[in-house]
Amino acid sequence: MIQTNQILETLRMIDQEKLDVRTITMGISLFNCVCDDTRRLASRVYSRIARQAENLVKVGREIEREIGVPIVNKRISVTPVSLITGAVDDPKPIALALDRAAKETGVDFIGGYSALVPKGMTAADRRLIASIPQALSETDLMCSSVNVASTRAGIDMDAVRLCGKAIKDLAERTKTRDGLGCAKLVVFSNAVEDNPFMAGAFHGPGEGDCAVSVGVSGPGVVKRALENVKGASFDVVAETIKRTAFRITRVGQLVAMEASQRLGVPFGIVDLSLAPTPAIGDSVAHILEEMGLEKCGTHGSTAALALLNDAVKKGGVMASSHVGGLSGAFIPVSEDIGMIEAAACGALTLDKLEAMTCVCSVGLDMIAVPGDTSAATIAAIIADEAAIGMVNNKTTAVRIIPAPGKTVGDYVEFGGLLGRAPVIPVHPFSSEDFIARGGRIPAPLHSLRN
Amino acid sequence: MAAASKAVVTVLGFDRKGIIARVSTVLFERGINILDISQTILDGYFNMVMMVDLSEPTCPFDELQSDLSALGKELGLQIRIQKNEIFEAMHQI
Repeated sequence: MIQTNQILETLRMIDQEKLDVRTITMGISLFNCVCDDTRRLASRVYSRIARQAENLVKVGREIEREIGVPIVNKRISVTPVSLITGAVDDPKPIALALDRAAKETGVDFIGGYSALVPKGMTAADRRLIASIPQALSETDLMCSSVNVASTRAGIDMDAVRLCGKAIKDLAERTKTRDGLGCAKLVVFSNAVEDNPFMAGAFHGPGEGDCAVSVGVSGPGVVKRALENVKGASFDVVAETIKRTAFRITRVGQLVAMEASQRLGVPFGIVDLSLAPTPAIGDSVAHILEEMGLEKCGTHGSTAALALLNDAVKKGGVMASSHVGGLSGAFIPVSEDIGMIEAAACGALTLDKLEAMTCVCSVGLDMIAVPGDTSAATIAAIIADEAAIGMVNNKTTAVRIIPAPGKTVGDYVEFGGLLGRAPVIPVHPFSSEDFIARGGRIPAPLHSLRN
Repeated sequence: MAAASKAVVTVLGFDRKGIIARVSTVLFERGINILDISQTILDGYFNMVMMVDLSEPTCPFDELQSDLSALGKELGLQIRIQKNEIFEAMHQI
């Protein structure tokens, strides 16, 4: 029998601490759409998604109403588009088909306009990467990603260079909206195939026909739990986070099982992530500050984040039958009120963020840099982050916005979950010759594990 | 969330006469049996938690939910109904 105080505690988590499920994401394989005629391919892609996901939003809302926990987004991820466009000349009509299918099904985002190129690019991969700026600037709900590195294969520096250029071009094409297009493009190292979170979601080639996965959230709940153990040792802090993460993840598992059953689609994974939003009381940075840091980004932030990231996983893993995706704490700058404040007051710099990405879930996320940052500098930032992922056997990513016409101290405003961010400085010294070399950075010695 | 499921009705807000009567009436009219009630008043703030049986409802869950929330608006209270599974998931292993 559930106790009254437990019921009231759950209500408090929902009302005051912003407990929510961030997303139900349906992964859909598009391999059965493959053909060598662009128009027919686009039409098959549209029909496949529209049919498979027709009830996704309805079921998501039903579950949300019945359990009383908000499910903020409903999303779709698809097979990386470069893998299904090998026999056609132009992938852009597929981008339009994805966007139309997303609108038809009523989801918030669709991800998978992607290429997986850690070791090299096929002609289709090159066409897709070249088309990203136009495709993202001409669609509304579509997200794109490129995996440029892996621990097994090393870093494809030609792809890194192309991504740097694509990001600059994309910012320019969406300059009236502060370079919003760049918020929909993620460049990965060690990308995972079952990530339900945007903008980097795609339905990997190792996945089945269809699966539903859930991404949980709940930084506010963790912060509140830590408020009750002020001054206690880190042993207590870690245990408190674990217990809280367990509860949050149980909600995710419940939602995932219900969605799977009602949609008649296999359950994929629960992604144990603390995903913040720009709302007050929903910040990962504030959890780190609750541990005793005056501002996120100051000395101690990396250690605090390492503890948080690990405790979230340890607490969550027992609460779900299948854990996957990115699973860890996210530290996007524009999407987290505490990160925004820390970056604005100078406590949080790009270099510190890079250090923090060694121990968190993903990487340099939603960071605004000056509009005159060169493509080579952006590519070099990507290379650094890819190297961290490659050497440490973890996923890292870069989602960076060279804000057109803006400089340090200005703000970019995206609104909604994407939030707002202060423009932070990059190093003024050139990486031009480094990026011009091209080729591959070899995989590290510890990639040879057989 | 199988057909024979339970749900939790929670009522939060400032105390006034007849809250339980009005909520119970809505439930009774829709064929819903009350299994357990607990209620506290702290500094005039009213907390009620009701466990109800949804195995023989005469209306869909959505309708019941909107009726209760409409009653809440009328009384100036927050009235919610949630399937029991969410609380079991969070508080029981």
